[in-house]
Amino acid sequence: MWPEERIAALLNRLRPTPIGWVEAAAALPRLRTVLDDLVARAETDAALRASVVADLEQALAESGVEPTPRAVAELRSRLET
Amino acid sequence: MTAHLTDAQLVARCRAGDEGAWAELVERFSRYVYAIATQAFRLSEHDAEDVFQEVFTRTYTHLDRLRDDAAIRPWLAQLTRNLCLDRIRESSRLQPTDDEFEVGAVDQTLEQLDDALSVQEALTQLGNPCAELLDRFFARDESYKTIGDQLELPAGTIASRLSRCLTKLRGQLEGRNSDGPASGVR
Repeated sequence: MWPEERIAALLNRLRPTPIGWVEAAAALPRLRTVLDDLVARAETDAALRASVVADLEQALAESGVEPTPRAVAELRSRLET
Repeated sequence: MTAHLTDAQLVARCRAGDEGAWAELVERFSRYVYAIATQAFRLSEHDAEDVFQEVFTRTYTHLDRLRDDAAIRPWLAQLTRNLCLDRIRESSRLQPTDDEFEVGAVDQTLEQLDDALSVQEALTQLGNPCAELLDRFFARDESYKTIGDQLELPAGTIASRLSRCLTKLRGQLEGRNSDGPASGVR
């Protein structure tokens, strides 16, 4: 059922993911918290909203989140809805 | 500490907002999702990264829709499969190719990857030093010298240790099979 040659071959199938992928996915809860907070504040503060819309990357960075393309797209989408 | 939680326990903790559990869930299934995208569907590294992040984003967002917490593994596999197919269809529209998409070959690869995940789960259960040794040699393709340097072991003993660890892992897998279904049991 489990010859060692087969086990070795199967171990070789699940290779490590490229650096950074797991960290980015693991950081999703924090990203969600930051976006919820930022969007909620932008909804009640027109000046803040204008500032965030003008520079999404800067807004994320100031909130302690790395402004990856995915994070920026998520923020843009949240602000549009 | 979440390393020895079952899949169902891990999902329950994620749903309760435990960020450490979420990190563990991502770690536990990251290679599986990556392998489905790159080996079963042969996505480019760039497309595979998009699918990988989308899989975990949707999982995080829709975890409450999972009816059976223990079913996270097939759920992730299906989600990854669907997103890979979406990506391929999208690419085909932009740049049509003559390549036939062989569903049978994909299904066969998915079955192999499912078995591979069972082996990885058994490896985790086996613990160190065997888990690290086998992972470094078979999954990371590290040489005896690199492994010896990293683990402070004489390179000349690596082969015999690998052999012993492989035998232990085999015993672990065969024990799991005699105890019942492997899926979800860690």
